[in-house]
Amino acid sequence: MAEDIGDGSTAEMDDYETLMSTTDAELLKTAWRNEKAAPEILQFQAQLVKRAKEQIQLMEETVEEYEESGMDPLTVSLYQMDLDRAHFLLRSYLRVRLQKVATSSFVFCMSQLEKYMFYIWKNESLWSRLSDPEKMFVQRCIDDMEKHLQETVLSKLPDNYQSVRRQSVISEEDDMVPEPQLDTFIACKARNRFVSLRLADSERPLEMERHDVSFVLYKVIEDKIGADIDLV
Amino acid sequence: MAGQSDPHVSLFSPPEVEFMAEDELVEIVPNMRMDPLNFICGDFGPFYPQIPVKVPLWLAAALKKRGKCTIRPPQWMSIENLTKVLEGEREDRGTFQAVPFHYIEISRLLFDHARDDIPDIYMVRSLIEDIRDVRLHKVETNLEKFSATSAVKIAHLSAMEVNVVRPFVVRALQAFYKHDNPVLMVDLDSVSDRQSHVTRQRQMPNNAQKQPLKRR
Repeated sequence: MAEDIGDGSTAEMDDYETLMSTTDAELLKTAWRNEKAAPEILQFQAQLVKRAKEQIQLMEETVEEYEESGMDPLTVSLYQMDLDRAHFLLRSYLRVRLQKVATSSFVFCMSQLEKYMFYIWKNESLWSRLSDPEKMFVQRCIDDMEKHLQETVLSKLPDNYQSVRRQSVISEEDDMVPEPQLDTFIACKARNRFVSLRLADSERPLEMERHDVSFVLYKVIEDKIGADIDLV
Repeated sequence: MAGQSDPHVSLFSPPEVEFMAEDELVEIVPNMRMDPLNFICGDFGPFYPQIPVKVPLWLAAALKKRGKCTIRPPQWMSIENLTKVLEGEREDRGTFQAVPFHYIEISRLLFDHARDDIPDIYMVRSLIEDIRDVRLHKVETNLEKFSATSAVKIAHLSAMEVNVVRPFVVRALQAFYKHDNPVLMVDLDSVSDRQSHVTRQRQMPNNAQKQPLKRR
């Protein structure tokens, strides 16, 4: 019998949980959580989303068959619950990405709305993290936004100030395109038993065990997300 | 950056935190026979009367609701263990006791769905509430002791606690970080008007001593 270390887990359960964590539902959950917590858009998990969609579709058909074949209602409703949960995870993942790409809060002023859209559109490495439908979405948003700004505001400004992305023709760069706040702190946990982080202001690395929650600068862990680190 | 842009709001809503916790495994004792369930989220069962089996919390709650099982409270939820944890939390002001990452959500779900399966439920509930309070208070008081750091590590912090203290911790860290990096301050100024108080700090002397990292 594996030793109970008092936090409710045992070595056996740990392995079992590791096994469990390879289901697509668990992977989707991790992807959703990481995406929500990260200040910038992360790489689109195309394979995972494709598999999840297929599984969900298959399960929908299966549940229908079960219902028609007269399987007991309890079992059918349990399968439906699992299906709903997977569906929720997938939708949440896709939705949080869209929200990042085109902030939809109406509380923000107009310049906030276009903020992130333009930045991603300009930035090749970020652009490559989007799925094809997301790219189309962003392009359409930008086109609509530019058209809207032109018609309502920019065409009425003096000639030198009509650019969407620059304050005026003498701006050296796109100074009307604010950038996402990457200098932000995020909370994370180690995926594996032990992870070591290099910090800017300390020679000693920050060493994390499974039970540690660390608040660090996003850039310290940005290339470790999904590999060594999960955001929480 | 839904949620990220507003430092005052929790990143995850409590129902979302609970949703994530519902995949945690818990032991049930079925009172019926059922074939294995092959879910997207994993395979469970088969189920035999009186034979304990581990299932995710959400499934346990669904079966319990339909009168198909009893739920075995996890070992850590015993009065004996919780009392020990509470004492530990009170004695040791600087560190947190080991608790399951989702202890708050798990206990809440069990209180809601399986009251009759938890012996001395009022005592258990009261102990867990006290533990929550002591821990939360501990985060707040320890945070004030920050010297300039670029990272904070907290052993055994739980999911709900992370979510609740996150805005507070991030703001505190950001304040120290800005204070320590006056050059970066200039860049931040031109970027976002979302930050609540972007103030210009005076240049720190080059030989200013960096504070050592605060270990938790």
